[in-house]
This record gives sequence, structure tokens and C-alpha cells, in this order.
Amino acid sequence: MIKLDSKIPSGPIEGKWTKHKGDIKVVSPANKRKLDVIVIGTGLGGGAAAASLGELGYNVKVFCISDSPRRAHSIAAQGGINAAKNYQNDNDSVYRLFYDTIKGGDYRAREANVYRLAEVSNLIIDQCVAQGVPFAREYGGKLANRSFGGAQVSRTFYARGQTGQQLLLGAYAALNRQIAAGTVKSYSRHEILDIVLVDGKARGVIARNLVTGELERHGAHAVVMATGGYGNVFFLSTNAMNSNGSVAWQAYKKGAAFANPCFTQIHPTCIPVHGTQQSKLTLMSESLRNDGRIWVPKHKSDVEALRAGIKQPSDIAEEDRDYYLERRYPAFGNLVPRDVASRAAKERCDAGYGVNETGLAVYLDFKTAIDRLGIQTIRERYGNLFQMYEKITAVNPYEQPMQIYPAVHYTMGGTWVDYNLMTTIPGLYALGEANFSDHGANRLGASALMQGLADGYFVLPYTIGDYLSHEIQSPKVDTNTPEFEEAENAIREKIAKLYAIKGNQTPDELHKKLGCGIMWEKVGMARTKESLEQAIVEIQALRKEFWSDLKLAGKPDELNPELEKALRLADFLELGELMARDALNRNESCGGHFREEYQTPEGEALRDDENYAYVAVWEYQGEDKEPVLHKEPLTFETIHLQQRNYKD
Amino acid sequence: MDLTLKIWRQANAKAKGKFETYVVKDVSTESSFLEMLDILNNQLIHEGVDPVAFDHDCREGICGACSLRINGHAHGPETEITTCQLHMRNFKDGDTIVIEPWRSRAFPVIKDLVVDRTAYESILQAGGFVSVGTGGVPDANAIPIAKDDAEESMDAAACIGCGACAATCKNGSAMLFVAARVSSLAKLPQGQVEAARRAKAMVAKMDELGFGNCTNTGACQAECPKGITINHIARLNREYLKAKFRS
Repeated sequence: MIKLDSKIPSGPIEGKWTKHKGDIKVVSPANKRKLDVIVIGTGLGGGAAAASLGELGYNVKVFCISDSPRRAHSIAAQGGINAAKNYQNDNDSVYRLFYDTIKGGDYRAREANVYRLAEVSNLIIDQCVAQGVPFAREYGGKLANRSFGGAQVSRTFYARGQTGQQLLLGAYAALNRQIAAGTVKSYSRHEILDIVLVDGKARGVIARNLVTGELERHGAHAVVMATGGYGNVFFLSTNAMNSNGSVAWQAYKKGAAFANPCFTQIHPTCIPVHGTQQSKLTLMSESLRNDGRIWVPKHKSDVEALRAGIKQPSDIAEEDRDYYLERRYPAFGNLVPRDVASRAAKERCDAGYGVNETGLAVYLDFKTAIDRLGIQTIRERYGNLFQMYEKITAVNPYEQPMQIYPAVHYTMGGTWVDYNLMTTIPGLYALGEANFSDHGANRLGASALMQGLADGYFVLPYTIGDYLSHEIQSPKVDTNTPEFEEAENAIREKIAKLYAIKGNQTPDELHKKLGCGIMWEKVGMARTKESLEQAIVEIQALRKEFWSDLKLAGKPDELNPELEKALRLADFLELGELMARDALNRNESCGGHFREEYQTPEGEALRDDENYAYVAVWEYQGEDKEPVLHKEPLTFETIHLQQRNYKD
Repeated sequence: MDLTLKIWRQANAKAKGKFETYVVKDVSTESSFLEMLDILNNQLIHEGVDPVAFDHDCREGICGACSLRINGHAHGPETEITTCQLHMRNFKDGDTIVIEPWRSRAFPVIKDLVVDRTAYESILQAGGFVSVGTGGVPDANAIPIAKDDAEESMDAAACIGCGACAATCKNGSAMLFVAARVSSLAKLPQGQVEAARRAKAMVAKMDELGFGNCTNTGACQAECPKGITINHIARLNREYLKAKFRS
């Protein structure tokens, strides 16, 4: 049975991180050279961590599934990164960023972690500028800012609509410098299929070379998971096609507890689904809500005319439009947090006001902003996003409003970590989206980039030293041991088992059943006790179907994307059940977790702080056994718990 | 819509490749090009044929994983988009589409349409960075940068490292890729300290890896999915000459 110890330092919130840094141990340069660290994933968390650890002098091995570290999905983040610089003199502060993040997360995140995140946010901007990240500038040469949801200040730094790309290229450049210096060895087109434990500690991994299919053993004194989220369990999401939850899931099965798996973020502004051939969804940045106004018609007759193509959106008169976010949330208007905006869109579409043939779309309109600022300003701010929209839909958003609908985007849940970012397996760490700690039940826009880089540049490189200081006497990890042998054989057997099925359904066909058929419908934007109970039964049945009817092409010893998909899907079929189980346990609504039974008369999420102000931490018990739920109570020493209010 | 596809099939790096012809049916005009390939692959699997391997990931035009030479054009017939952003409405029912991997000496085929772009990694490792470690850097606003310079730096930094430029160039030159990085850093004060060393090291690495020379045909900029222009090559040449004169 695991024991949860969050290791949150005592004392006032402003001093916790400073005190902790003083208390933890460091490793001398001479000893760092003797220590090996494996980093899995090269997004903002993994890339930044691998580069920083390499600079410190550790021997780092970094793995990514793509052909280059630069392709990690952090690259697709569009809008920006938050920091409490207060460059705009609009009364921003570390405290305000901390407060907004806790409130945005609907009071389900750890105060101490979030405060640290806000505290180091400013260092990130300095670091990125020093690396040559071309952030947007004002004419005077100073950095420009814009606003994101859930905030009333302008604290978001950006590089057009490609902020994630530019930050990742910064981290990637730092990583390249270390690769050239020989401190980091990079393994591209490698997928980690298991974490190897020796005497209860994480001591290495089993990797599959995706080009040759060969299984490889790699040992280290510590292992860092920076593998992103598991949104692809829904099949359709804004995640990249290869993003998956498998490393986290293998770690879970080896003893790394999983926290709040049901906390999924549904992003309000994505391009609507076009049909059954759809393979993924494309996000339209939240930054668009700075100038775009969201609406549907007030009258059903107009809705019908729009669907039939008799009317264009520009034909609907101003007084016949329902700018429902501005109507419902006057203080924040179109910039309410994502969970609130998504649910409001669903509410309008469910009521029959969706503007396209499927009835699942609302307008994001720039006409007011173009009239006010001119087309040139709008082009400067959002040009590449408008171009992307036009390429995908063949509609020019300068002339007609965009059509948008919510889609799965991010998972706030993830591997449980303590204040040091260590999981319940000693020596195994989780960073960025892969962990659970900073965003509670809903992440604010422009905060994922902040967390990835905070963890990778400024938290893990300090905290890992505390663990490794006890490992300086440990010799290099020998991979010719029964533990590695056993892990490798288990994978060989699993692959052989998949090939032995010889059924009729391809991985994609089964994945669509899981994602679109079960997860989105029953564990999606709105959940009920009944839908979740049904989901659990259906997922279990689908898992049986998978293991008896999978059709798997190709061979194990070659480049084989179908095998990759099948291995990941096998894990999603287990993870999906845990998500439903967690959602069923949480008899309240909070942030992105909306249980229809628990809502205020106005349809807002109704929390139950008395009974559910805790992190739900699940411990694996074995195949087909129910996992055990542990509770990490969330204590709010600094912020007073209250109903979220974005109205006034 | 129904389509005839002529696709390059090659079992592995050492095998001899050839074109195979497939017919794919009932493709929605709203589908993306890669979704069309998904449909083909699902069809092939059910027919017992090995599916076609191709690189892809984000499917929104930013990760740079997807490649493909489609009817002779890198990333297909449209301008300033990647293959994943190409939609089937750009084709007609009954069309024949020829799909090949990047053709460049420096990008050997791994399987079918998947190529090895490690050469681009090596060029960046040779000097495509500012040598600053984590921490100990000045406040971000202590380094003022003119808006126009930041914008021009960003124009170049938009490169996604897909390889279309080198794969399109008749000389197999990687100049646009190298120029994008050198030029982006050259426009910023942070990049000045190592400017000379960077330009020399990256060009030397490019030559060493088997990329050809630039003869200014402009084919690269015509096919670049991010609209990066050969003005950046001019800046790279300037940086390179400056570095050579200094040494």
C-alpha cells in the first residue's frame, strides 16, 4: 500500500520554495558526472529538463517518439505563456497569477505548487529571451502582452500564434547545445514501453527502436517522464496523432499512483468535426477571444436559415444575435475560462441554436474588432491563425465569422507527484502535462507552456539533486539483470499476443469505438452517474473485443505504425475505465468535470468542498482488480474557498 | 470522391523501391490529405496488404513531421501549407495522384514515404543556438529589440524543419533551412556574440553532410510551407562572408 507524502514545506506560502531549496541537498560537480538520468519526452518539460540537467553535468539520455525532439506536441501551442512580470503596470503580481490559477482550476490544485509556478514564471520569460525566442514587441522594443481567459490583466507573452513552437525551439536549441557537448545523448524514433524497477526504485526503461523494432535496455539512476497528456483516449482531440498515455500507464502499473484522471479540459474554440473520416481536431487559439465575439442567433428561424444556406451569418442583424458569454458573464465576457466557455457553447447547441448542419457549432466573429481596429491590426495579431482556418475550412474569417465547437485539448489529471515532482516510485519523476499538480480541475490558457518550462528549467533540476545526492555511491546500472530481462520479455510476449489475435478490426476502428462512441459521449463534457456506469461496462466489453478481434498489420521487427497504435490503444482501454471510475467517484462538479446532477440553478459547476476538496489518487491492484482510492486532502491556507464568479 | 493513387513503396532503407497503384473510394472532400491516406491504409489492412508508412503527428501544420511529394510538389499543389493541411477539395473525383517521399541524397528513405532527416538535426547541433545555460540571465525587458527586427526574426523562426526546401532544390541544398536559423538569430542582439562562429559552423556541417550548393533558383521558397523567403539566404551569405573576412 502506498503512503502519500506531498512533502509540502511548512511556513508562509511566499517562503516555501525558497525554504525548500535551502533544505534539499545538492550534488557536487564531480559526482554529477557519475550519475545517469533518463528523460522521456522532448516537449517543453522534457526538453528543458534534459538540457538543464546536461548543463549541470549529469549524463542524460533523452528519448522521443518523433524523428526529432523539435516535433514534440508543445510545438502546437498557439496563444502564449503567462508570467507575473507586471510589465503592463496593470497591478499584476505573483500573488494574482497564483490566485487566478487556483480559482481557474476551481480550487482543486495544490496551493504550494501553484504558488511556486507563479513565482518562477518570470524567470522563464527572461530565460527564453536570452535564448533568442522572438517574442512580440512594442515599438519601443519592450515585450508585448495580451490577455487570456480567467484573467483581468495582460500577462500573456506571445510569438504570433506560434508561441509553443518558439519556446520549444528555444528549449530544443539548448538541448542541441548539450547534445553537441556530449552531455546529452538523444534517441529519436524511440518509444518507451516500460519502466524498470530495481529494489523498488526506478532504474531504467525498455525502449523500442521504432525504425528497426528492436527492444533496448537503458539503465539510469533516475527516470523523468515528460510524456504529455492522455487526451487521445478520446480518439478525436487537439493532441498530435502520436501523443499517448502509455508511459504513464506502465508507471501506474508498476506503482506510480495516478491522480484525478477524470480532469479533462475541453477547449471551447476548435474547428467543428466534419464527418466520420475525421482523424483529429484543430484548435483555434484562445487568444482569438481577445477580439473575437462568440454568438449564436436569438431566433430558431435564423438558425434554420443558416443551416439551409439561405442566410449568411452577416445577414443576421445585431439585435438578433445572442452574444451569450457577454450576456451571462458581464465581467469577463468572452474571456471566461475554458470550461465555462465550453459548457456555454454546449448549452446553446443542445438548446438547438447550433449554426451548422450538425448543430454543433457557434460563431466566433471578428467584425466588431475589424471595424474598430482595421483589418491590418487583426492580420498582425492573428494572421497565421486566420490562414490556418481558411486552409482547413475554405471560409475566409476576415469576411465571415469562424465556426467553432469545443474539443478535448488537455488533461489536468496525471501521474501523482510530490512537491519535488517525484511520483510514488522513488527515482521516477513526472513533469508538465504528465503530472497532475498545478491546474486543478481546469487549466487557464497560456499556463501549460508556463508549467512545462517551470518544471523543466527551474524545478526538477533542483529537486532531482535531493534524490540523486543519495545515489552517488550507486554504480552504473547494470541492465543484464533479471529485472530488465523480465520487463523485456513481458513486452515481447505482449507483442506476440497482439499478433496472435488475428481478428477483423484495425486499431483505428477500435479506437474510434472507445473515443467517439464511449469516452466523448459518456465521459466527456457532461457526465452523469448513469453514463459513467454504462461507460465502465462498455469499456470492459470493448477491451475484450480488442483482445479477441484485433487485426494487426506488419511485423514487430520493422517500422510499424500499426503496432505502435495497438500498444497505445491497449493502454487507453484501461486508462479510459479509470477516468470513468474517477468521474463516478467525484460526486460534485468542478472545472472541466461536470456532473449534470451537481449544478447551480444558473447551470454552473457546483462544487462540494466539504466532501471532495481532495486529490483522488488511484493505486493499481492488478489486472481486472478494482484500484484503491487514496485521498490527498487539499488544504487552502492562503486562498479562501468560494464559488467561482466570472459575472461581476 | 474516388481516386487512383500511385505511391512509392519501399520495404526499408536497403530495399529497391517502386510505385504501386491503389484505388481509394468514398473520400469526403472535407477530409485532409492524410485522412485520405488513413482511409487507404485501413482498406489495405483489410485486404491483407501492408499499409503505407508516412510521417505525421500534429496534423495542424506546425510540427514539421509530414512530408510527401504530391504530384511533383513538396506538400502538394497548394502554396504555404503542409501536407496535413492540404484538403481533398483541391482534387477532383477520378484524379490520379502521385505520392513520393522526399527525394534528396541527405534524406535517405527509411520505409515507403518516411525519410531520415537526421542531417537537419546535425546542422543545428553544429551551432544553431545561443550559448546560454539555464539561469543567470538578465531581465527580459533589459534587452530592447526593435519591433521590426523581432518580426523579421520571427519570419525566419517560423521554419518547421520539414525538409521541403532541400527536397525541392535541384542541387539538394539546405541553404533555406540553414538561413532560417542563422537569419533569425542574426536579427537579434542575443545572437550577435556567436554570429561568426555560428554561420561558419552550420555551413561547414551542411557541406559535410552531402547537401548541394545554392544556385539561387528560388525553388525552395516556392515550396516552403511557411513562406520563408530567399532574402534570408542573402542574409546568411552576408553573415558567412562577414565571418570569413574576420577570420
